[in-house]
Amino acid sequence: MSAILSARLRSPRLFIRLYSQQQQQQQQQSAERTFDKILVANRGEIACRVMRTARRMGIRTVAVYSDADADSVFVRQADEAVHVGAAPSTQSYLNMDAILDAIRKTGAQAVHPGYGFLSENAQFVKQLEAAGVAFIGPRENALAAMGDKIQSKIIAREAGVNTIPGFNGVVRDAAHAVEIAEDIGYPVMLKASAGGGGKGMRVAHTADEVRESFVLASDEAASSFGDRRLLVEKFIEEPRHIEIQVLADGQGNVLWLPERECSIQRRNQKVIEEAPSTHLDPETRRRMGEQAVALARSVNYNSAGTVEFLVDKHRNFYFLEMNTRLQVEHPITELVTGLDLVEEMIRSAAGLPLTTTKQSDVRMDGWAIEARVYAEDPDKFLPSIGTLSRYQEPAGPHVRCDSGVTEGSEISVYYDPMISKLSAHGPTRSSAIGALSRALDRYLITGVTHNIPLLRDVVSSAAFGEGRTSTSFLAEHYPHGFKGHRLNEHTGSQLAAATAALQFIRNARDNPSLLPNATDYVLLMPQLLDDGTVSKTDTKVTLQLVSPTVSLSGTNEFTATVNDHPLKFSVSWGVDQPFADIHYESSTESLLFLTPLPLGMRVQFRGTKFDIDVMNPHQRELQRLMKEKERIDTSKLVLAPMPGTIISVAVKPGDTCLARQ
Amino acid sequence: MLRLTVARTASRMALRVPLVPARGYATANTKGEEVKARIEKKRQASVLGGGTARIATQHDKGKLTARERISLLLDPGTFREYDAFVEHQCTDFGMSSQKITGDGVVTGVGKVNGRTTYVFSQDFTSFGGSLSRTFAAKVCKIMDRAMQVGAPVVGLNDSGGARIQEGVDSLAGYCEIFQRNVLASGVIPQISLIMGPCAGGAVYSPALTDFTFMVRGTSYLFVTGPDVVKAVTNETVTQEELGGAQPHTRKSGVAHDAFDNDVVALASTRELLSYLPQSNREPPALRFTADPVDRADAALDTLVPSDSHTAYDIKSVVGRIVDDGRFFEIMPDFARNIVVAFARIGGQSVGVVGNQPLVSSGVLDIDASVKAARFVRFCDAFNIPLVTFVDVPGFLPGTQQEHGGIIREGAKLLYAYAEATVPKIAVTTRKAYGGAQCVMSSKQLRGDVNFAWPTAELAVMGAKGAVEILWRNKPDERKAAEEEYNRLFANPLPAAQRGYLDDIIQPSTTRRRIIEELEILKHKKLANPLKKHDNMPL
Repeated sequence: MSAILSARLRSPRLFIRLYSQQQQQQQQQSAERTFDKILVANRGEIACRVMRTARRMGIRTVAVYSDADADSVFVRQADEAVHVGAAPSTQSYLNMDAILDAIRKTGAQAVHPGYGFLSENAQFVKQLEAAGVAFIGPRENALAAMGDKIQSKIIAREAGVNTIPGFNGVVRDAAHAVEIAEDIGYPVMLKASAGGGGKGMRVAHTADEVRESFVLASDEAASSFGDRRLLVEKFIEEPRHIEIQVLADGQGNVLWLPERECSIQRRNQKVIEEAPSTHLDPETRRRMGEQAVALARSVNYNSAGTVEFLVDKHRNFYFLEMNTRLQVEHPITELVTGLDLVEEMIRSAAGLPLTTTKQSDVRMDGWAIEARVYAEDPDKFLPSIGTLSRYQEPAGPHVRCDSGVTEGSEISVYYDPMISKLSAHGPTRSSAIGALSRALDRYLITGVTHNIPLLRDVVSSAAFGEGRTSTSFLAEHYPHGFKGHRLNEHTGSQLAAATAALQFIRNARDNPSLLPNATDYVLLMPQLLDDGTVSKTDTKVTLQLVSPTVSLSGTNEFTATVNDHPLKFSVSWGVDQPFADIHYESSTESLLFLTPLPLGMRVQFRGTKFDIDVMNPHQRELQRLMKEKERIDTSKLVLAPMPGTIISVAVKPGDTCLARQ
Repeated sequence: MLRLTVARTASRMALRVPLVPARGYATANTKGEEVKARIEKKRQASVLGGGTARIATQHDKGKLTARERISLLLDPGTFREYDAFVEHQCTDFGMSSQKITGDGVVTGVGKVNGRTTYVFSQDFTSFGGSLSRTFAAKVCKIMDRAMQVGAPVVGLNDSGGARIQEGVDSLAGYCEIFQRNVLASGVIPQISLIMGPCAGGAVYSPALTDFTFMVRGTSYLFVTGPDVVKAVTNETVTQEELGGAQPHTRKSGVAHDAFDNDVVALASTRELLSYLPQSNREPPALRFTADPVDRADAALDTLVPSDSHTAYDIKSVVGRIVDDGRFFEIMPDFARNIVVAFARIGGQSVGVVGNQPLVSSGVLDIDASVKAARFVRFCDAFNIPLVTFVDVPGFLPGTQQEHGGIIREGAKLLYAYAEATVPKIAVTTRKAYGGAQCVMSSKQLRGDVNFAWPTAELAVMGAKGAVEILWRNKPDERKAAEEEYNRLFANPLPAAQRGYLDDIIQPSTTRRRIIEELEILKHKKLANPLKKHDNMPL
């Protein structure tokens, strides 16, 4: 019980579920012992995640850590912690000798590898086997078989899994191309054998188009690569990345769980995932699930794994690869199925059957969406390092936050800059979206640049709401990169009125003798322009307090006119505290008060930060007379676009450098 | 230095500046009416100062006029002007025909966040803001009144210097002001904003006040300008390089901070005033805070790095303890190895002093000692409790420091802490070594409450240095000795066992503990021996 309380589960629903599971388990556990002690060969949020389940199962935990992680949350959460090396992961989390040594020293009986690092390293699994230590993951042969991309496709095809149809060889001529196209079905893609980068690629929907494309594509291939040879393969229209979670034990039980859609990606890394997918119907889901199970069976799979598919707009699906590890985005599957995947993995590694062995018992309850919160700028996706000077995770029902950080934690240059995985669960997709938006608005992170502005914008976009997601979502919706939430007239007025109200409350705090009369403000509101630059425009706000006196820690009711439009709202705020709840007539928004500025404040609204000057009209009039100060000349400074370690310096004093050298 | 342009004002007909409301008596057909009309004319003339052309020039430079500045400093509508009708009495050099009503300075009283504040604002449009005998008399009048009622004086400086035509009268005027600055020192807060030129003898009035702020790009402070410098030392230097905001906030420490423009400077001055009492007869005002008194900050528990040579930012420690993470830093760009700031803890104003491990490991040098000493004395004079965060490896060694007088200058900080009778709370976060430990609000300097975090090390010096002295002749044993030294001294227990620390506290509880102690110390009574004045090492 106390273990469960200290597990700090963020979702009460999951909490209750796990709690009742645990009660059942306590009865079972005398018969079903797994391990006494496991070592988690990973760091950060996934180490915390694994330890949470282990502790609940009564298993003692061992953390391994590098120099950079000595003060990390996962190290403090573990029962024991062993230092395994310097900060670079090659010297620590990938350092098999040091980790094997830690296992020996602590007497851990099993190792959970998390994801990344050694999680799919067959060599590591072999060494564990030799040492008589259980690997909480698949057996070495399955891991190796699926680790090879070409071999895994062959195995998949043999197991009856759909793979992307194509002609395994060079096309002779246009007639041959048509023949192949008819065979694999339209549309097809002709691409240069020597190609890449989209050059020499053509899509054809009919035989005529194939003939025409053959000529053009081979010419293009010749001019681009000096090689006119072409390949033909099935063209996947509006591809979506959808994956099936499988669970297997060594007893012959293999289950498929509802799919996860991971279409919203940046630089081929997932950003937002959901379960289930808007795109699948029950029939497609079942067929994909059964193929995934067939594949798992064919390699005698005995752990949690994920079969990735590309799905086109007609719901044709094709095998991509199988990941033989616990996936980053597993929480959403847990939210909709109520299963604990880590627990299932541990049981299976200990030779126990899965907790659920019948496919018909697998639940699909509501909808879950996960957003990956990264310490990176949401425009160019460059990582940001630093200390989380303020950090407060959103709490509340239907929200789960998987993280391995706390206020004061460092985001270092050595590891993935993911801060957390924020998931929301609801009976419907729109309720899950609503819960996730609210959670993002209630997430306080300062000290590093983070991608909450982008996440919030995507989640509340119409396209996402309608389920129109694809792997090119970000490129399509933000062709020039994401620069921040664009205020429209409505949200702009809401923000202006709320900001003026905060200023009103702050002024009342500073000057208690102030009478709550109607007050005029001029706000300089940042406006995002099409070219990505920001201009500041004047917004006039007249504010009238409706409540008889100003409350500095409670709710104040206001009427306002914003550029002559009337607005009624109330503000619940403890003056200068981070979160203000703004209740408009039709909705409630969170406004995050970040810091006062010399003439106003920095707030976060709908995920995006806004620096807003708030002045009285007289101040504004005089402020117009102020001159812009000259910028400091930085032309003599060389700045790195992202943090890193300087490995070598290619010039020496006196060398001449050319642009782009 | 004594520079002045006198030209007839341009047409006063084109009124583009705000006027005082018309009184509604226009015709002058009786004597009474005629007087009223003359009064009104003079009043309007005083509002206009040096005239619209000069006002336009002032605006072109990105500077506001004397009255505009006052309107931003004070709560709207609260300014009450005195001596608007004053004109100079000089007759030499044809001055009797050149008079500008108000005579180059606007003086009066108003409210800043509802609290009485006296202000004088030099008017560069009127005789270049040059100081005459009557100008000085206006300033002295409000200073005298501020002393009597106990309210701060804010001086907005924008002046070409002495009014040469008045000769020694002008100099006498400066002296009158200096004398009042000195008598007011420690009685009422005095703040100077340099918003234009301030040169020659004029600089000494801001220098005598408590805080001097500058506006970047438009303000200069120097005793002699670039021309004189060139003539005397043959050194070519611009006004900005010689006496702009940058040299004074970074090198000389003459200015306590600089702001981007007049509007920001005035808004920031309002903020500073909110931390201060009206005079030494009162405590600073309490301000409501929604920040919970018992807020525990878990990040503090891991903020000090386990490696005692790794730096951390003391400002992030301060920000985690004070109300809403807000503090008003004084001299942020000068002697950055020590941080001094006003903040509130539990709604109560405090002066925060903290060694900054990020800069030179937080070592005490000449500049840091003088910076902190002056701040400590200000707080003591104005009943503002002191909260000191200690992480100091010692005084900076070297000929530059020794020959520069680190003994005398360091003594100033020691002196300031020792003499202070306000509540003094110290928190040792990490190193407190040697003489610097004594200086930084130690128990023996009448520290009221001295806390340490578990990471604290109070010792004469670090292990390495100590072992090199004690085991000078036994280099083989040094390593073991160093470990032994660290085991004995690299923790707060020895000091706590001797009562030099009152408690060793969990860092996350620091805010609550300080608030509790401040509450108790409100009733502290402590007085220094009666004396004419002290003899601090200057």
